[in-house]
Amino acid sequence: MAILQINNLHARIEEQNILKGVDLTVAAGEVHAIMGPNGSGKSTLASVLAGREEFEVTDGNVLYEGQDLLEMEPDERALEGVFLAFQYPVELPGVSMNNFLRQALNQQREYRGEEPLSAGAFLKRMKQCAAFVDLDPQLMSRAVNDGFSGGEKKRNEIFQLAMLEPRLAILDETDSGLDIDALRTVADGVNALRRNDRSFVVITHYQRLLDYIIPDAVHVMVDGRIVRSGGKELALDLEEKGYDWIREETVAV
Amino acid sequence: MSNSDKTTSLEASFVDAFEAYAGKPPPANAPMPVNGLAPLNAMQGFRRQAMERFRELGIPSRKNEAWKYTHIPEALARGFAVFTGGSIPDPGAAETAQCALAGLDAHIVVLVNGRFASEHSLIGNLPEGVAIGGLGTAASTHPDILRNHFGRYASWEEESFTALNTAFASDGLFVYVPKGKVIEKPIHVINLQKTNERLFLQPRHLLVFEGNTQAKIIDTSCALTGDATFTNAVTETFVGERAMVEMYLVQDPGNDHAVVSTTHVYQDAASTFTAATVTFTGAVVRNNLNVLPNAPHCETHLYGLFLPSGATQVDNRTLVDHAQPDCVSNELYKGVLNDRASGVFNGKVFVRQDAQRINAFQENKTIVLTNEATMNAKPELEIYADDVKCSHGATTGQLDPEALFYLRSRGMTKQQAQGMLLHAFAGDILNRISIEPLRRMLDERVTRLFGE
Repeated sequence: MAILQINNLHARIEEQNILKGVDLTVAAGEVHAIMGPNGSGKSTLASVLAGREEFEVTDGNVLYEGQDLLEMEPDERALEGVFLAFQYPVELPGVSMNNFLRQALNQQREYRGEEPLSAGAFLKRMKQCAAFVDLDPQLMSRAVNDGFSGGEKKRNEIFQLAMLEPRLAILDETDSGLDIDALRTVADGVNALRRNDRSFVVITHYQRLLDYIIPDAVHVMVDGRIVRSGGKELALDLEEKGYDWIREETVAV
Repeated sequence: MSNSDKTTSLEASFVDAFEAYAGKPPPANAPMPVNGLAPLNAMQGFRRQAMERFRELGIPSRKNEAWKYTHIPEALARGFAVFTGGSIPDPGAAETAQCALAGLDAHIVVLVNGRFASEHSLIGNLPEGVAIGGLGTAASTHPDILRNHFGRYASWEEESFTALNTAFASDGLFVYVPKGKVIEKPIHVINLQKTNERLFLQPRHLLVFEGNTQAKIIDTSCALTGDATFTNAVTETFVGERAMVEMYLVQDPGNDHAVVSTTHVYQDAASTFTAATVTFTGAVVRNNLNVLPNAPHCETHLYGLFLPSGATQVDNRTLVDHAQPDCVSNELYKGVLNDRASGVFNGKVFVRQDAQRINAFQENKTIVLTNEATMNAKPELEIYADDVKCSHGATTGQLDPEALFYLRSRGMTKQQAQGMLLHAFAGDILNRISIEPLRRMLDERVTRLFGE
């Protein structure tokens, strides 16, 4: 069974239609890349999947492990194993990383009928996961993203992914604003988290990230729809020819 | 009946109570004994004049700009008997003990309905010359201190509630720390309310910290009564040269209790004064906090946190009057308003003409959780000097939806996410509280309030 199945998804914000019929199927264990020019609807797709309320779904449906994803509250989606790595992680002054993660993790454990982690086990897990994306352990005693550098914020997202162990991870332009070393660290982290029962939807503007995270499929989104799908070599074509190439072809068809 | 008629009858009830309390004016130079206490020479002086002044000033109504958002006549309309002593039901040791702060090693002063209750207080050992107890007793044990400080800082000529309090003043907290002494443990004042009828209480506090002293005061309220009270408290604080004083006021009496709390602080050279006022409940809560750094190199920190719900009104009015140069003042008030609660922040900073090189900062931030809650913020700077650094600002808004979504996307319910963000918002003030058992108690109270 597909972990994610998006059928003819239409969504708008205020009066503006952004998604105009997205179809996408992701099987368990696969990594799918979604590429596209600015304003094509990539981030809107991520937002709708994570449950951001300002978007209104006007048509179509989304099945997550066979369940109607759009019916679920954002927190239910998270508890069911959906994770969004934010394009712009939010600063939460006064909310300590430690407290935030313990609450989030124990919330998920409780949902699965598990005991909360002991303080010791939690700390151990946190250290392991931080090392995984080379995140300074000092940041754990700070407030969430507060005063973090751009790279630290992005690594913090992948760190949380490692902590929360979702079954579907959506990475919304996690590569933007990362230098090549940070990009490699983040990609290594993601690669190490790939598993048979975990799928990734990687949204990116540039092909570079896909040199490190090798996708099973690449989709190109233009004007609210997926206009072309292919293997990893499609990303290279795009890099070489640019998005105009696809746009022209689409118009021609 | 029109509003003004109502107000007049309210005032008349205080005048009647005063006449019954004070009786005929004493003959010249004859001190008048009050409530069986020793003659309070220093207090007697102003008593009748203060009452006259109260009669002129009247109970402030909403027509008065300074009281526009706080409905005092409405709160008083329920009818309260002015408490002038009489029999006080004994709160009992067990009830009193539950009002103490867990884990706090302190000099505990218990006031029952504003009267010092030595049998419930646990003052313990004090450095030589230090006095902590009731103001009524201090009138005979420390007459010089009263003569020099009582009525010097709180202006009964200008403030109606201070005039009223002064007319009836007879007891409250008295702290005297002579030159050079350090009180290492905090002084914890527990204001117990215990009554079977609606009472109007008027504690009068005098705190004198001479040069080079250090002390921390916690003032909490604890309502054991089943009936409503209206408290009109006045505190005068003298902070001597190079003294360091911290005052924490925690207001959580329950929504049946109204409070007008007026504090005047006089700061001498190079002294540091820090106040934090934390308000959870109350029918109407009005705090007047006035600080006069009247010599160079003073430092003043004023913090406030107000978290009312229901129909509670919390009105914080502060004044920092920089009359002298080279001082620093820093003010931060934060609030979260739920239900139909209303908040007021009116912060005034004066920088007088010769008060050069003043750094004065003032900020008010409020989160409004419902459409029915209202906030009125009025930060004011009046600067007459030209070499100063001053800033002020006020923001009122809702929780950041993006921050809420971020937390929810990690599995937290709307309620939990909101609680976590509000707790963090309040933490900005709580984390400035230097007494750990107090900070912990407030932190737990905030956690319960926001239901994380």
